[in-house]
Amino acid sequence: MKLLREILFPLLAVLLAFIVGGIVVFVIGDSPIQTYRLLIGSAFSWPDGIGYTLFYATPLIFTGLAVAVAFRCGLLNIGAEGQLYIGAFATAWVGIKFGGVFIKSPGGDIVSSPIANLPMLVLLPLCCLVAIAAGAVWGGIPGLLKARFGSHEVINTIMLNFVAVALVSYFTQYHYKTPGDAILQTAPISPSAHIARLGKFVPGLPERIPVNLAFVLALIACTLVYVLLWKTKWGYEIRATGANPSAAEYGGISIRKQIILAMAISGGLAGMVGINEVLGYRYRYYDGFSANYGFVGIAVALLGRNHPVGVFLAAILFAILLRGGIFVDAFTVHVSKDIVDMLQGIIIVFVAAEAAFRGPIKKFGLLKRAKV
Amino acid sequence: MLELRNITKRFGDVLANDRVSFKVEPGTIHAIVGENGAGKSTAMRIAYGFYTADGGEILVDGQVQEIRTPHDAIALGIGMVHQHFMLVEPMTVAENIVLGAEPGSSTSLDLRKAAEEIRKVSDEFKLAVDPNATIETLSVGQQQRVELLKALYRHAQLLILDEPTAVLTPQEVEEFFAILRRMREQGKTIVIITHKLSEVLAISDNVTVMRDGRVVGDLRTAETNAAELARLMVGREVLLRVEKPDARAGASVCSLRGLSILGRDGTKRVDNVSLEVRAGEIVGIAGVEGNGQTELIEALAGLIPGSHVSGSIAFEGHDITGLDARSRKERGIAHVPEDRHRRGLLLDFSLAENTILGVHYRRPAVSGAGSFLLDQKGIQRRAEEVIRDFDVRPPNPLLPARALSGGNQQKLIIGREFELPPKLLLVSQPTRGVDIGAIEFIHRKIVAMRDAGCAVLLVSAELEEVTALSDRLLVIQKGRIVGEVDPKVATNEEIGLMMTGGHR
Repeated sequence: MKLLREILFPLLAVLLAFIVGGIVVFVIGDSPIQTYRLLIGSAFSWPDGIGYTLFYATPLIFTGLAVAVAFRCGLLNIGAEGQLYIGAFATAWVGIKFGGVFIKSPGGDIVSSPIANLPMLVLLPLCCLVAIAAGAVWGGIPGLLKARFGSHEVINTIMLNFVAVALVSYFTQYHYKTPGDAILQTAPISPSAHIARLGKFVPGLPERIPVNLAFVLALIACTLVYVLLWKTKWGYEIRATGANPSAAEYGGISIRKQIILAMAISGGLAGMVGINEVLGYRYRYYDGFSANYGFVGIAVALLGRNHPVGVFLAAILFAILLRGGIFVDAFTVHVSKDIVDMLQGIIIVFVAAEAAFRGPIKKFGLLKRAKV
Repeated sequence: MLELRNITKRFGDVLANDRVSFKVEPGTIHAIVGENGAGKSTAMRIAYGFYTADGGEILVDGQVQEIRTPHDAIALGIGMVHQHFMLVEPMTVAENIVLGAEPGSSTSLDLRKAAEEIRKVSDEFKLAVDPNATIETLSVGQQQRVELLKALYRHAQLLILDEPTAVLTPQEVEEFFAILRRMREQGKTIVIITHKLSEVLAISDNVTVMRDGRVVGDLRTAETNAAELARLMVGREVLLRVEKPDARAGASVCSLRGLSILGRDGTKRVDNVSLEVRAGEIVGIAGVEGNGQTELIEALAGLIPGSHVSGSIAFEGHDITGLDARSRKERGIAHVPEDRHRRGLLLDFSLAENTILGVHYRRPAVSGAGSFLLDQKGIQRRAEEVIRDFDVRPPNPLLPARALSGGNQQKLIIGREFELPPKLLLVSQPTRGVDIGAIEFIHRKIVAMRDAGCAVLLVSAELEEVTALSDRLLVIQKGRIVGEVDPKVATNEEIGLMMTGGHR
């Protein structure tokens, strides 16, 4: 019964959003069926559709988990966007500085010389850990501020987004760009820091499709988050703090510690986006790479009911929309890919308005409250 | 005056009112008693138009009436005072009273005229309420009279009072009853919802007893007694008195020296309190709520930051003033908090998860010392123990705590804390909002803990409860212990006077 309730409302929200979206498409003057066929159908072609969908889903799983963990502790992490930029830049920095990469100007002057040239076996795990650690620090700061001074995490995470974006742009522009490069991106990282694309292991999936081992990492992260939250005493403390801080305190749980911990874990998960982006896709830090992953992560967590399984499913759905949007843009007469944003928005409105249709559903007896 | 005929109301699968019928005679005080969830408030909310009944009819002055909203009820001369006051604190008495029925034209508000009228009504019933005072400056008793005025100002002939004495001190209750009697003399009809039998006997003319949504008794108060009413309410014989042998107090377990506590706002809540609790005795603290009891208990449990606490707390001879909540629990201090929803439970967590709150980091919640993985089987076993030993119903460890009735939630908390097992038990309002049947059970368990050698510090706003349970009784007023009485000899009046700062 509980499971049904957990799944039914998000599904209903998605369904209603598609109906409303269909009406809009119809009014604009295209065929809703045609549009949806493009939007959804294009995600299922093999190998491109599925490969790209999984690639788009990877960062959303990380940010969705990030928001969910914070939420389970009663915190709203609006700062996944900043945390993932910091994580991505940090991992690129390690990939350059510890990967033996010299950055030279066209004249041959050395702009930046490496600290070390580590072998892949050391460099790759280090890059991954640094992505997590950097995100954790960036997420931990608003946690610390809340625990220490009681300042609200929503404000601080939003503000730190701006700081993060500006900071990494600055370092990219003035310190780690190949001089003369017209694009705002760092020099490439050492090949020892590359992680393999899935095409290497999956027959029929070409390696040009950027879905990489970070997707597997995302699945592992889902599992670990589930185990952490529901199977360990630490997770109990985080969830108790989120469910009722006053009772948690009564149970001898330090609320301050939980706030810092949850925000750090949240930030670390967001930072893992950098692994997918830098180590598995572009092999360098590319400024402004995030397609609002941090913010879409909030929607993913909301739709996924802050549960790892839900987050995974919601991330896949949003990835399908992201991918399909491109085709809608190209192959319909009037509808643009903005329909994706619109659908996302409507889905969230319906999820948030759950209470509004809880009433009618009860009336039809679909969900009789289990009598005990 | 008011008659309910076969009123039936369902909430989902719960039958809250099952063909409820009774008659309130004009010019009488009519009590409706029953345990929590017996359906008494539901029935009266239907009469006041908050809910609409699924079946049955309501008669006012012999006429069948459709009461769909409180507006309809007010038009028929029915007023209701809720358990939780509905007052706007920063506004004046007059402003509050006219709210929703503002006098004057559509663009102007004639408060002066209203104030005059309110004063007239207030004088008529000797309520002594100043229409120009702001609500936040009034005592709880006065605020309640404002609520009464609100109904009287709208010319209510019948007043429904939902648990009106829950927030009052014994003296205030007396005053309040005097007002009710005066109103009856003036021809008003009063329906009072309560679960306190002593009050039923003291004030009412007739009494309707409800159980499980049905009327199980309609009696003239003069012809009944507390034992009969309790039996009707619970459906079986109930021991109204706590049976307990004399205490055999042992060594001192906990001693406070010069304890002072500051509230969040920096004001002194507890002022230089020294007291001692010995093994095998129950020390009660009587006092009007908000006189420092909450802070005292929370400071002992380690829930108040050290910077707000001065003085010393010794437990088994060791100073524990600087220890946090978890270390105190480790040493054997259990705490049944006064607010079970805010402090005591994780309402959305299962019963099983709730039974490990506070001990979730050690066995049996985790499989061994240093382990961080929860031991689901161990948790399940502990939950089953608590549920069995403390008769928590329904006995399903997977249910969310929210699904339990107040009495069962309380039994769950008490079970969790009693099975620590504790050497010092801090118990705050153990039976607030709990049915008579469960009260009896909880009282027996507390006495059993005492007899097993546990030191018990008990705080309760129910004077009868602290006097019945305590071996020694301290009275607290404005954060100071103003005296100690022998609960076996002291009268309620005597204790009540000390509680409100009168003379001994």
